[in-house]
Amino acid sequence: MKKYFSFFRLRLVTGLQYRVAALSGLVTQFVWGGLLILGYQAFYRSDPAAFPMTFQATATYIWLQQAFIMLFQAWGFENDIFESIRSGAVAYELCRPVSIYSMWFSRTAARRFSQALLRCVPVLVIAALLPVPYGIMPPADLLHLLLALLSLVLGTLVGVSVCVIVYFTAFFTISVEGLRAIFASMVELFQGAVIPLPFLPDGFRQVVELLPFASMMNTPLRIYAGDIGGASIAQAVGLQAFWLVTLVLAGKLMERSAMKRTVLQGG
Amino acid sequence: MRLYRKYLAIQFKGAMQYKVSFFLTLLGQAFVTINMFLGIFFLFQRFHSIEGFTYNQVLLCYTVTLLQFYLAEFFARGFDRFDAMLGNGQFDRILVRPRNTVFQVLASRFEFTRLGRILQVLVLLPYAVATCGVEWNFPRALTVIFMVLGGALLFSGIFIAGGALSFFTTQGLEVVNVFTDGGKEHGKYPWNVYGKRVLQFCTYIVPYALTQYYPLLYVLGRETNPLYIFLPLCAAWFLLPAFLLWRLGLRRYKSTGS
Repeated sequence: MKKYFSFFRLRLVTGLQYRVAALSGLVTQFVWGGLLILGYQAFYRSDPAAFPMTFQATATYIWLQQAFIMLFQAWGFENDIFESIRSGAVAYELCRPVSIYSMWFSRTAARRFSQALLRCVPVLVIAALLPVPYGIMPPADLLHLLLALLSLVLGTLVGVSVCVIVYFTAFFTISVEGLRAIFASMVELFQGAVIPLPFLPDGFRQVVELLPFASMMNTPLRIYAGDIGGASIAQAVGLQAFWLVTLVLAGKLMERSAMKRTVLQGG
Repeated sequence: MRLYRKYLAIQFKGAMQYKVSFFLTLLGQAFVTINMFLGIFFLFQRFHSIEGFTYNQVLLCYTVTLLQFYLAEFFARGFDRFDAMLGNGQFDRILVRPRNTVFQVLASRFEFTRLGRILQVLVLLPYAVATCGVEWNFPRALTVIFMVLGGALLFSGIFIAGGALSFFTTQGLEVVNVFTDGGKEHGKYPWNVYGKRVLQFCTYIVPYALTQYYPLLYVLGRETNPLYIFLPLCAAWFLLPAFLLWRLGLRRYKSTGS
């Protein structure tokens, strides 16, 4: 456990080096979030009754999405890993006395958490200061806040476990470009990054909410915004835990079969 | 121009060496495009209109914006990776060749996979044109062509300006994305949707609206002043400061030495 933790810490420190990039990204996120909210406002004006969540909850969702964008980045694969599989450099990693699954898992998770740590604070602070319907709303109470945080961590780990599965597919195919794009688009749409899931048509929405993708960004953000409340919180968090366990097991299985197939050529 | 074609041919042959990879990438891109349209589709299922624009009208607006962006990206994306060229000294090689620098950076990088995106839009555009409820006539069709042209020039100008900024910063700036990808992403709705101040910014500072919102009004018959037909071409003025910035940067340029 200790060795995985040090992988984690190493990544965190590396990530914290890029402060200018983070500032630049911050501006981008503000423009992005602001325009999105103005867009939803225009829809709200055209038909307020059709709005599936309160306007303030929508604005909160969008700012949280911007703040934690690094946790749920659908495209957040580590290119080094794909490159090492392609070039065969992965052989060195296999020699190490650690599980390659756990190593990639902690590496990816660490990168996401470290990038998010830098970005979320300023976005959250500024968004909290914005005038009422446009800003982020305060948490309902301490319990809700803690539940949302728990769900945030679970959601990130579900995202990472899918990401690691995509790494392992690289053992079986030569070209990962296309697969990566297909996975990433599915994650984006079904985790509620394109539009929040409540905006999906009824019927379709209920199905999507059961998919593992909904356990990523969708659940924690909607718990915080109060859109998922009461007993359904426990249900949603339980679903997250279920998917996390299932996906990690699936990934481990893939690891085993990949290791069986892999033949290392000398030289 | 012949030289440009030759550059294109060489890069195309390179890409075709990996056929499966090439086609899988195209498929992946198709997914990305479908995603963007699904987002809009679901929202319109629910709300039916935005600021009086219907789904199919927004579709026309969005496909035109995408076409503008992808055309510019296809031709001028070399500037997007320009900071890397500065960093690894590739630009020094360009400087010693007897051709225009802008041209060489322009030709340094084509991604044929990006052609796939242009093709996707070319499939969607006729659908949008047919269903948006416009009675097409010559001036209206001409306006759409001018929109695509003017917008592509505008986005190219932004790419060039963004590249020129790397002369001063050496590292690329993510902020530039606000104007490139942001212009594409949020240009899916007519710019007046975002309120008066955003529209003013997009008219006078970075003139996206000149290539999108105003001529769209003419195409949809909400405006009859024929001046609106030529507005998109006015957006090309943005190339001027972009080139100036490039010249300014070039004069300041000192090699990184690597």
